[in-house]
Amino acid sequence: MTTTGFLTDSTLCIGCKACEVACKEWNDVPDDGFLWSGLSYDNTLTLGASSWRHVKFVEHQPRTGCGGNAPGHSTWQFSSDVCKHCGNAGCLEACPTGSIVRTEFGSVYVQPDVCNGCGYCVVACPFGVIDRRPDDGRAFKCTFCYDRQKAGMEPACAKACPTGSILFGDLDKLQRRGEERVEQLHAAGMDDASLYNPTDTSVGGIHAMFLIRGDSRAYNLPPKPEVPTTLLPRAWTAAGIGAAAMVIGSLAAFAMCGSGRSAKR
Amino acid sequence: MPGLGTTFGRGGATTAQQDLANADAILIMGSSMAENHPVGFQWVIEAREKSGAKIIHVDPRFNRTSAMADYWLPLRAGSDIVFLGAMINYTLANDRWFRDYVIPYTNASTILREDFVDTEDLGGLFSGWDPEKKQYDSETWLYDGASAKSEGTQPGMHENSGGHGKDRSGEAQNLDHPRRDETLQHPRCVFQVMKRHFARYTPRMVEEVCGIPAERFIEVADIFTAASGREKTAAICYAVGWTQHSTGVQTIRAAAILQLLLGNIGRPGGGIMALRGHASIQGSTDIPTLYDILPGYLPMPMHDAESAGDLAAYIKKNRSPKGWWYNLDKYIVSLLKAYYGDAATPENDFGFEWLPRLTGDHSYFGYWLDMADGALEGLFVMGQNPAVGSPNGKLERKALTKLKWLVVRDLVETETATFWKKEEDCDTEVFFFPAASHVEKAGTFTNTQRMLQWREQAVEPPGEARSELSFMIELGKMMKARATELNRDAPLRALAWDYADDDADQVLREIHGKSRDGAIKHFGELKNDGSTSCGCWIYSGVYDGENKALKREPRGRYGHGWGYAWPLDRRILYNRASAAPDGTPWSERKKLVWWDEAKGEWGGDDIPDFTRGKRPDFAGDESRGGDEALRGDAPFIMHPDGVGWLWVASGLKDGPLPSHYEPLESNLPNAVHPRQQSNPASNRMERPDNAYASSPDARFPYVLTTYRLTEHHTSGAMSRTLSHLAELQPELFAEISPELAKEVGVANGDVIKISSARAEIEARALVTGRMPSLDVQGRRVHQVGLPYHFGGNGLVTGDVVNDLLAISEEPNVRIMEAKALTCDVRRKC
Repeated sequence: MTTTGFLTDSTLCIGCKACEVACKEWNDVPDDGFLWSGLSYDNTLTLGASSWRHVKFVEHQPRTGCGGNAPGHSTWQFSSDVCKHCGNAGCLEACPTGSIVRTEFGSVYVQPDVCNGCGYCVVACPFGVIDRRPDDGRAFKCTFCYDRQKAGMEPACAKACPTGSILFGDLDKLQRRGEERVEQLHAAGMDDASLYNPTDTSVGGIHAMFLIRGDSRAYNLPPKPEVPTTLLPRAWTAAGIGAAAMVIGSLAAFAMCGSGRSAKR
Repeated sequence: MPGLGTTFGRGGATTAQQDLANADAILIMGSSMAENHPVGFQWVIEAREKSGAKIIHVDPRFNRTSAMADYWLPLRAGSDIVFLGAMINYTLANDRWFRDYVIPYTNASTILREDFVDTEDLGGLFSGWDPEKKQYDSETWLYDGASAKSEGTQPGMHENSGGHGKDRSGEAQNLDHPRRDETLQHPRCVFQVMKRHFARYTPRMVEEVCGIPAERFIEVADIFTAASGREKTAAICYAVGWTQHSTGVQTIRAAAILQLLLGNIGRPGGGIMALRGHASIQGSTDIPTLYDILPGYLPMPMHDAESAGDLAAYIKKNRSPKGWWYNLDKYIVSLLKAYYGDAATPENDFGFEWLPRLTGDHSYFGYWLDMADGALEGLFVMGQNPAVGSPNGKLERKALTKLKWLVVRDLVETETATFWKKEEDCDTEVFFFPAASHVEKAGTFTNTQRMLQWREQAVEPPGEARSELSFMIELGKMMKARATELNRDAPLRALAWDYADDDADQVLREIHGKSRDGAIKHFGELKNDGSTSCGCWIYSGVYDGENKALKREPRGRYGHGWGYAWPLDRRILYNRASAAPDGTPWSERKKLVWWDEAKGEWGGDDIPDFTRGKRPDFAGDESRGGDEALRGDAPFIMHPDGVGWLWVASGLKDGPLPSHYEPLESNLPNAVHPRQQSNPASNRMERPDNAYASSPDARFPYVLTTYRLTEHHTSGAMSRTLSHLAELQPELFAEISPELAKEVGVANGDVIKISSARAEIEARALVTGRMPSLDVQGRRVHQVGLPYHFGGNGLVTGDVVNDLLAISEEPNVRIMEAKALTCDVRRKC
């Protein structure tokens, strides 16, 4: 099995949200509440247990004569966010029940029949993707349409995307395609275009890459995401030092008390 | 679509969405294509990505389309003709027009009558205005030397006719042999008259009226016109942002004139893409749900002395001696044979007298006002939700209370089905029938580019839900069974109604037609002697041996083999114009259809929209009439002179050329024609329950415009009831600029009240720079944008935006003005 991935090209996204709807339709994901946000046209706001795709509306003050594609200006950039299916997945490593597994497609999959709802994965995700459903307790996120991939089909979101903004395929090929696209955009004067794929952090690269313009933080993509478990050695060392210090401190306190008492005597 | 119909000959988009990918520039105006046609928008993006085509979006609101465009120009709602008029003026003044195309392929050189007087000299009116009747007599608009009003009114100018019949009525005019001046120097030739007419539409005027800075206008005018000519083509996309104005048809006319001048019609990457708002709106004018036409744009007979007579009188009145409409007799007779079968005989005029006659304005608004006045007993509402989706919803809901019975067929219990719960004094008996959705029944949609696509049934409809077809077949059977021997029931008795239950295939075969001797290939085989029958001549060809609407094997550049585009699977209309008069392509880059001397026929990437064997140098044989009377270099084959009409001599009720008028409600004076504020020929239908703000009106200082969002579908009946869609836009909001918000003391998210002369509604304020305030005529103009999807039923609810709108009628198509009105905004205390 080859490792598959997504390449979401925000310069081609028109913000139609067909990916959100197709995802919910195929995976039978319930609604996420009927709340109007007042923030642009975005009422989904974040990825969550019941929102596995989320079209972000990165809004800047529109300037006349400068649409989203105009060099040097960004006005209303859309980008469809999704689980990154990290090379080193924080959720997977934190999961104590073995519910979260890596599939033959390289994706990270939550087995709902094994999940016990402990929520360790929720705090372990560097992107804030996975979440528990309040009425159910278990954790949910994008399955990378595991069932569709098993049947040789592309994920529902990529299938529904009308403009080719969400591409699905062989991860390595997508990586190359993303790099080529960046070069193409640079040549067209869009110097701020880049491919978001943190390979140099503990995340070890992601299987859902994003082609963005400008600062990745505007897309809720941290510049240096880290997997919490990679900090474990440091954490244990720090804990060990702390514990040792406490022991030494306690002993020292007893020793001092002892010497004090003897002095008093 | 008389804007396109009168200019080019057919009331349909001249191109296909896929062909937008071949454009060098695309102007999107009166449409948020990315928002409302996201799937088709992929080809706009392809043009941008593939060849660096510049995308220009002109719209009051920065929306999803603007975000993808290279240029976004915000304009004041209702000022589109000034923008387009200035584009025309720019094209002429800077010599950007395509001379080699314009002279042979348009009526630019045709000389007009001496007694025509333009708006310039009549304070904003064209000659022929009758202030008593409030309508034009278009006689002075005719070509010089054309036979004047021969008998009665000119085709298309009847006061009872709506616009859609006029897609062809202009063509029925006998234009005789007008004089032409191919040097274009004659002061009364169309070119010179037009040049003078548009001289007033300057970049300065655009700044003054539209609120677009002159230099920004010049920048995009330069880009668009430079992307046209032998080597390049540019396309225009529009939707109801143009049509829903009191000057809607003339706005589309202005775009059509511009595209003719630039030589962009009939060529790859060119054309005008009329984007339709529902799955089969094109289909519903082709096989009409309209009151004034019969299938295939045949006009409905009038109830008056001149046309209520026999079939011969109808044919005489509506058939053109030259051009394709010469065949009208074959089409009407074949239609009557399809309706009445064996009962239609030459002796009884094929049952022509059984056809209903138009006795007045029975357009949509005409009958709703009649209903409000208690003149209607019953109403069928199918696939529509007028209680929410139509203007002046208050009046429409009140009108429903005056009925004895109402039948609503829909997928869900719409607000129209439940209106009675909120009305006092309502005795209307309401019957609700569950309907099958598009996946629960078979049949065709005719899409925005005239393409029929067959849908197969995927699942059985739930419960007692059933298709429209099955419902209508049974209703017809029940009515026929109850037909009495009275004369008034003669049409019902004669009606051929031998349908099997729910067999859409059978209906499509009837539409395609047949002959007494067997199958026919297409409408070219129809006869006027009763030996053939055909349900809609323009669709004939769709069932040539097999159901071509069901085909899913696309091949070639235009995807022939996928579905079937009328007429005869031609994807780009008037594509003869993609070749020069001598039959060779204008350029290698833009070739589409050309004359193949070796084969002695037209060929290329598309099916030629031209008689295949007609040589480019054919001189036309008038003695034979019809298509054979047209020359080999006449691409607009529906027109009696074979050319595109920069000037519409007959067929439009508000002028031969577009002229700017302010919306029916506007706080600004008409800067172009100060003496004529609004379109004189439009019908305000003013009455106490359909009141108007005066112009200007201090009570309603802001401009109101309405639109749709990607997340919902029209009245919301199909989207507010589905959680996956409803959660994406769960509440009604009004987009206002930060400036306006400050002026009325409102913060983002506050509940505001929006009022017009008709009603007051509540919405949340979405304060955004995407809805900018503009400088117009020395004032700061604030615009308020409202999506109109909300109503009282469903998972998410909200006030009915259409309650704010007035019922009004554009003179040609009788559509309301929904895109430019006046309103007030207050904070809810």
